[in-house]
Amino acid sequence: MSLVDAVRIALRAIAANRLRSALTALGLIIGVSSVIVLIAVGQGAQKGVTERIRGLGTNLIFVRPGTAQGTAQTQGARGAAMTLVASDADAIEQAGIPGIAGVSSQINFPAQAITSAQNVNTTVIGTTANYVDVRGVSLSSGSFISPTDVSTRGLAIVLGAAVAPQLFPEEEPLGQTVRLSLGGGRVTFQFRVVGVMAPRGGSSGGLEDSYVYVPVSSVQNRIAFVRNPTGQVNVSQIDIKTAPKADQALIKDQVTALLMQRHNVAEPDFRVLSQDDLLGAASAVSLTLSILLGSVAGISLIVGGIGVMNIMLVSVAERIREIGIRRAVGAQANDIVKQFVTEALTLCLVGGLIGTGVGVGAAVLLGGRAVAGQTMTTVIQPWSIGIAFAVAAGVGLISGSYPAYRATAVDPITALRNE
Amino acid sequence: MIRLEGVTKTYLTGAGAVHALRDVDLEVRAGEFVAIMGQSGSGKSTLMNILGCLDRPTSGTYRLDGRDVGRLPDSVRAKLRGAAFGFVFQSYNLLPRMSALEQVELPLIYQRVPNRRHLAAEALVRVGLADRAHHQPTQLSGGQQQRVAIARSLVVNPRLILADEPTGALDTKTGQEVMQLLTDLVDQRGITVVLVTHEQSVADFARRTLRMRDGMIVEDVVRPSLRAVSG
Repeated sequence: MSLVDAVRIALRAIAANRLRSALTALGLIIGVSSVIVLIAVGQGAQKGVTERIRGLGTNLIFVRPGTAQGTAQTQGARGAAMTLVASDADAIEQAGIPGIAGVSSQINFPAQAITSAQNVNTTVIGTTANYVDVRGVSLSSGSFISPTDVSTRGLAIVLGAAVAPQLFPEEEPLGQTVRLSLGGGRVTFQFRVVGVMAPRGGSSGGLEDSYVYVPVSSVQNRIAFVRNPTGQVNVSQIDIKTAPKADQALIKDQVTALLMQRHNVAEPDFRVLSQDDLLGAASAVSLTLSILLGSVAGISLIVGGIGVMNIMLVSVAERIREIGIRRAVGAQANDIVKQFVTEALTLCLVGGLIGTGVGVGAAVLLGGRAVAGQTMTTVIQPWSIGIAFAVAAGVGLISGSYPAYRATAVDPITALRNE
Repeated sequence: MIRLEGVTKTYLTGAGAVHALRDVDLEVRAGEFVAIMGQSGSGKSTLMNILGCLDRPTSGTYRLDGRDVGRLPDSVRAKLRGAAFGFVFQSYNLLPRMSALEQVELPLIYQRVPNRRHLAAEALVRVGLADRAHHQPTQLSGGQQQRVAIARSLVVNPRLILADEPTGALDTKTGQEVMQLLTDLVDQRGITVVLVTHEQSVADFARRTLRMRDGMIVEDVVRPSLRAVSG
């Protein structure tokens, strides 16, 4: 039997049982499309995280309190001692380490920003004038915190691009007064708006747009619960901007040596991370997510495959007589195998093709749409289509072969007597 | 052409061994028209299945043109069935949802014969069904279905047609027409036909009648009035 004949016979058999064929293919359509969609979502999440980290600026090294064990976040959650101080940042800047283009420090804490009419929960970034240069941000109006604001502990505030319209839906924010309420309302300060940040856009996830910025000194010296007992200014992060093509590993080593000497410790009580380090950690997380999503999709593909095998087995049982007739008119065992494998394969490939269409369509539709407050990013991976298709074909081969093998075991005489 | 020597077929069932054929010797020459008669369970269908390479003898030898086909591997026997034998069954055994033309093409698909639509159409003409080529089995009468089945068995130019109760499901008149068709094949094309039947009127079309009982051939009658058959 030629391949053309095998395909023709398969298509006839599929067409003869339209509903059953459609339901069988549906299992595979769901399987294949969910593989493509879930991998696209997983990859999209990975891309989102990567862009967010890249969006922090370029050529950055971060110094955070905490030891090598555990991340800065978990250390912070456990209330680890704040070991970094503002003068560490000054020391790094003045140490003359080659390749360092700028240093800024920051401390973050949650607060409520209040105007006469509005009330917004935000994150306050206490920082220095260098922040603009180091992080590569820009303002849409006004100016950033000046060195004078920092040295005089001035009560100047710069609003993130998303915060400004929330606090001042109608008025021009510059020159207005904003009250920051900290520690659940225990402390309240009045700040004067000096600038509004330009939007950072979707690549940074809009997170930075919801921050407000104040001079690090102004909050430090007024808030008892974050004040350092030694009179120093605590910071939660020091950002170091390196020159393009500078050796980040070397700079990390030099910064580490400098801070260990300043802190007089044998083991670092801080961590120095480059953007690549953060990317590595983040992609490990999103890889886990991708694997998880992929496994779920894979299971549905396997279930779809079992459905095909089930139908093919039923089909063999139902068509024993047909097999007997074909055997009697000269079909060899491998002709029968070819017929059933082709049928299963055709069903699977058609299902795979439709599934690919559905999956790609769904991924495209999902991309850029807000789901549960998060903007979905989907990245359709050609390899996910390849894998889904290969699995569909593999399922077709396996789920056709076993029933086909069963079919050849049918004794032609018995089959012909089977009325 | 056909030579059976000491062929025995024993089935093992739950109730014990059933001897369907006991030590059968039979020779059929090319161009013969043989009817096998006998009651149900006399072994005639088993004999047909062995002749058609659908079943294997438990012991004894089956030679087709001197070749011991009883011991050939399944794939070779399948090839032989397709190329040398045509089968006609009581229940027609046509495939559902297939036109008459496609039914007749079926053996050619497995033979990988080119130009098969043309050959199939010719075979339908030969059985007088040219105008029914595109009808499906459900649109054909019993006699027409059986003629499609005969066209299907003819299309490979078989040397031997094995017909198992070909008229069993037909009324007398239609049965006679089908038998005439088989007789013409023997007379005009020199095809060997072996036929199983219950009915004497059907067996009368054949030149030679075998009677079976309890797995043995108990009578072998050749009607003398007919022209000599070639060996």
